[in-house]
Amino acid sequence: MTTVGGSGANVAPIELPKRVQRIALKTSFMARMTDTGFRYAMLACSFSVMVIVGLLLFELTSRSRLSIAQFGFRFFTGSQWDPVAGEFGALPFIYGTLVSALVALVIAVPLAIGVAVYVTEMCPRSIRGIISFLTELLAAIPSVVYGLWAVFVLAPILRDYIEPFLERTLGWTGLFTGPKLGLGMLAAGIILAIMIVPIISSITREVLVAVPQHQREATLALGATRWEMIRMGVLRNARAGILGAVILGLGRAIGETMAVTMVIGNRPEIAKSLFAPGYTMASVIANEFSEATDDLYLSALVEIGLALLIVTLIVNTAARLLVWSITRGTPQRANG
Amino acid sequence: MAQQKHVSLFRQAANHAASFGAAASAFLVLAPLMAIFGYLVFKGIGSINLAFLTHTPKPVGEVGGGMANAIVGSMFILFIASFIGVPLGIGAGIYLSEYGKSRYSTLVRFTADVLNGVPSIVIGIAAYALVVLKQGHFSAMAGGVALGIMMIPTIARTTEEMLLMVPYAVREAALGLGIPQWRSTLSIALRTARSGVITGVMLAFARVAGETAPLIFTAFGNQFWNLNPNQPTAALPLQLYVYAISPFDEWHRQAWAGALILIVLIVVAVSVVRLATRRGSFAGSH
Repeated sequence: MTTVGGSGANVAPIELPKRVQRIALKTSFMARMTDTGFRYAMLACSFSVMVIVGLLLFELTSRSRLSIAQFGFRFFTGSQWDPVAGEFGALPFIYGTLVSALVALVIAVPLAIGVAVYVTEMCPRSIRGIISFLTELLAAIPSVVYGLWAVFVLAPILRDYIEPFLERTLGWTGLFTGPKLGLGMLAAGIILAIMIVPIISSITREVLVAVPQHQREATLALGATRWEMIRMGVLRNARAGILGAVILGLGRAIGETMAVTMVIGNRPEIAKSLFAPGYTMASVIANEFSEATDDLYLSALVEIGLALLIVTLIVNTAARLLVWSITRGTPQRANG
Repeated sequence: MAQQKHVSLFRQAANHAASFGAAASAFLVLAPLMAIFGYLVFKGIGSINLAFLTHTPKPVGEVGGGMANAIVGSMFILFIASFIGVPLGIGAGIYLSEYGKSRYSTLVRFTADVLNGVPSIVIGIAAYALVVLKQGHFSAMAGGVALGIMMIPTIARTTEEMLLMVPYAVREAALGLGIPQWRSTLSIALRTARSGVITGVMLAFARVAGETAPLIFTAFGNQFWNLNPNQPTAALPLQLYVYAISPFDEWHRQAWAGALILIVLIVVAVSVVRLATRRGSFAGSH
């Protein structure tokens, strides 16, 4: 290997004079071996990423075999979760995960896209950096701290003000009725929304920036107002990437554990009202895993984990493909 | 411009409404941040005292005690995690930027991005199966493995990005001087990209520092001091969780204090490294 790898793709190989070639080929055996060795060591590091995903799938599948054999598909349709009787059905958890994630998306998506549009297209340059920094800071707060805040601040506010208001105005839908505890599906959805706004907005921003400037100029030249320019020139071109960002947020919401566990009420029931307590797949693992005594119980919990893993793998794959279609996965190489 | 622009009233209204909506959403998103930080400082400051920082937890019902063992335990677990995650992550990043033109590298990039989205609790289960079940008991090691795995994708992707920002001419210059490629990568390219790589490491570090879910059934928690990697260890986020869901006022108070300390540790760690690398105090000679 006497040629230099990397960016050399567009550089024609230079024919060296014979005398120089002889010198170049004299590179010592040791030097070549260390270079090859280094390359393989780095290859091994990169391969570890694949090994980890493989191990995750393998370990979770093999540890949940007992429960898969015992219940089969019934595991995902049964709503009985009774560790004492050895009866395990995961439907209430699946329902709780989906509903809380859905509530979170309904709240978070318009806000996140609004912030991204504001930061990239509208706001004065001077506060652009501040807003992005603060949004990123929102992502750095640990889940358990969100949970703490939700239990002691958000839940009382919901119980005393927001839930009574919702029941008065929207109670007829059946979604907002019943005892107002503060803790429950609605609280979980709101705290999840706060937690997934940063990821959705930061990726949407990335996608919006990737939309070529000509698109904006062209729509403006046709006489569009700023909003029409954003709607037609920017958002329409970026919609695949924005959808990807939303799906990534969904993935986060599905897997989020601690904050949800602290506010959702942890009761395996399927209730129509959002005021009622629920339970999610991630929370049941967090709450019961270290107490699961017999093998079937543990295996059932691992199977929930496996389902969670497969769902998030699918969701993330779809989302990344969408985002990559706009931004390209490989970062740009500097010229020079 | 001599010609007057004619824009219908409706379109003007829509334009203003959209501008207002976007600005309002920016405000609505930042409001909870302010609320959380404000409340945290307000509740936490009063509860932090010397005992909190130097004592281990007292039994239920007794006033006083602290989270010293949890703070040290967290750092211990994070040390193990960094020991696993940082070399693997940087190595993977080097491979992706220096040799990463193949289809295999695209697959690695993609897998890293997907792994980044795997719920932390699922990684906790894997660490439980790989370490706890093999050892037969909960341990700091298992917690470190779980968090270390979570650090790899973030570090790999930022290292790649930062290395790609180093112009190729720099490497060519090094190779032209007869420096072997591994030296040129480590001592020239990686060294040039150092501040960005460190920022990436700190971001990964900050992300796992507050992780609780994967520690519940790996590090497990401990009421006492422990610095043995093979024993269960207390961790700050874990202790915080236990205290927050408990019915005792004294524990709630300590949970707020713990949360404030956790946030301060994370924010300080990230900003110190950012400032230090920006000013270039790491630059220059050895």
